[in-house]
Amino acid sequence: MLKEEVYEKYELVVGLEIHVQLQTKSKAYSSDSAEYGSAPNTHISAISLGHPGTLPRFNENTLQYGVRLGLSCGSEITYENQFARKNYFYADLPKGYQITQDKTPLCLGGSILIKDDQGKDKRIGITRIHMEEDSGKSIHDLDPFNTLVDLNRAGVPLLEIVSEPEIRTPQEAYNYLTEVRQLVRYLEICDGNMEEGSMRCDANVSVRLKGAKEFGQRTETKNLNSIRNVFRAIEYEFKRQIEVIEAGSEIKMETMGFDAVKGTTSSMRSKELAHDYRYFPEPDLQAVYVDSDYIEKVRKDLPALPSELIKKFTSEMNLSTYDAEVLTEEKYFALYFDELTRLTKNYKAAANWMMGAVKSYLNENALTIQEFKIKPDQIAEIIQLIDEGKISNSIANQKIFPYLIEHTNDRPRAIAESNNWIQESDSNALEGFISEAIAMYPEKVEAYRAGNKNLLGLFMGEVMKRSKGKADPKLTSQLLKEKLEN
Amino acid sequence: MGVDRKTVDRIAELARLEFNEAEKEEITNDMNKMLDFVDKLSEVNTDGVEPLVYMLDESTPLRPDVVKQEISQKEALKNAPQKDSDFIKVPKVIERN
Repeated sequence: MLKEEVYEKYELVVGLEIHVQLQTKSKAYSSDSAEYGSAPNTHISAISLGHPGTLPRFNENTLQYGVRLGLSCGSEITYENQFARKNYFYADLPKGYQITQDKTPLCLGGSILIKDDQGKDKRIGITRIHMEEDSGKSIHDLDPFNTLVDLNRAGVPLLEIVSEPEIRTPQEAYNYLTEVRQLVRYLEICDGNMEEGSMRCDANVSVRLKGAKEFGQRTETKNLNSIRNVFRAIEYEFKRQIEVIEAGSEIKMETMGFDAVKGTTSSMRSKELAHDYRYFPEPDLQAVYVDSDYIEKVRKDLPALPSELIKKFTSEMNLSTYDAEVLTEEKYFALYFDELTRLTKNYKAAANWMMGAVKSYLNENALTIQEFKIKPDQIAEIIQLIDEGKISNSIANQKIFPYLIEHTNDRPRAIAESNNWIQESDSNALEGFISEAIAMYPEKVEAYRAGNKNLLGLFMGEVMKRSKGKADPKLTSQLLKEKLEN
Repeated sequence: MGVDRKTVDRIAELARLEFNEAEKEEITNDMNKMLDFVDKLSEVNTDGVEPLVYMLDESTPLRPDVVKQEISQKEALKNAPQKDSDFIKVPKVIERN
């Protein structure tokens, strides 16, 4: 451990490589299933097993998903896409090479908009996005004498997203990954599940003195299986590198592994680092040419992206940025809200219903919004009943919403009427309850008049009780005040 | 560009192959002969000529994203030298500490 001011002399420089596993039905170059979680070695074919004499056949959706992502990041889409072989021997790579892209990545440039540590907008540049295939899975801890190989994952399509080294803090890395995960989920190209490995991240980390132009020597940290661990590994690696430099040594170009239990990185010191991938053009696949017609077709089908929805919710509906962010965290939740705002103009109330009653109900019952049986027009009707003064907020939340959950086909207005929950806003009826309440507590009336305004709550409660909760609170409070003060 | 013993050793390592001394000698000679033969091409002036990667200029056909299960797990494991009922077995790849 060094003194705080020593660490503060240095600046962190991070670039991230993210692999996203695509949610295609079949694999990148063969027709066997790309689905996760089946019995080992069942999703296989002669092609994914790397049998001699087989030829790869390129999946149209690998391309489409890649173009979707590229367009969403503002990347330039490459016209001539060559495939390349990356050669290395490993037990879970049956062909002895991975089909990837080398000199002609599908997407070049573009950026992801994130928040920096101060909450200000910052763009992180994208260097490239290219298409490739996954390897199989080696299982080292099931059999004491052997490594077991499952080839279900071999050939599943991946996109690798390489960022520019423009990330400066662990929090920015965290925010960048969160944005990318939300984006691939909105685009429905990847489920973004880092724990299950469908999204994986390697961090290239280096440090330099603040103000220095040159980059320092970087290390690459692998095995980061959650966004939180990416944050922790970068934070640790930043300090470790400074300590090495301050001790007079140099940073070596190394591959580091992250130990999530200890929260430390350490050199993998593995022989496989002696790699020489010997890239060359894949002779079994022609290039794929992506013309502007194709690009426009994909662009036309792009869904609304979180950034666009946030803009719409804040500028057109006048919601706070915080509300807009909560509403757009998950795609179908945002789309539900969007539909709701076509049925009611009370956007603030709509947002409150979504973030309050609806979200808590979903969370408590571990449901997604797609599993939610109540339709936006029913929520809109509740909002309208409140706005008309027919029901109070508390009746809506505590009575109508729970009733609706149990009777999902019913209409809120009919529910309120048949259960006698329409509130009393007839001032004649209310006057009666108010007079009774006041008559009950003559000394409290004196105290109120003497200045103890808190006693209003007591009278309100009494009126509510007498009206069986149906008194319009706003009107009641107004009438009560008039009565008490005169 | 000559191939020496060091290059042969390196290529053998990358290919995870083992050779004895006599074989290495032979391979070194063979590879040098092949390279000399191909080197003939460097006599041609290729200034300003784009590298030729593909013989055809058509786009690779796009395969519809439809699942076809063509072989079974049993068939998949048939050719593995070592296996159990579910997995292909290979020598331990990493040592656990």
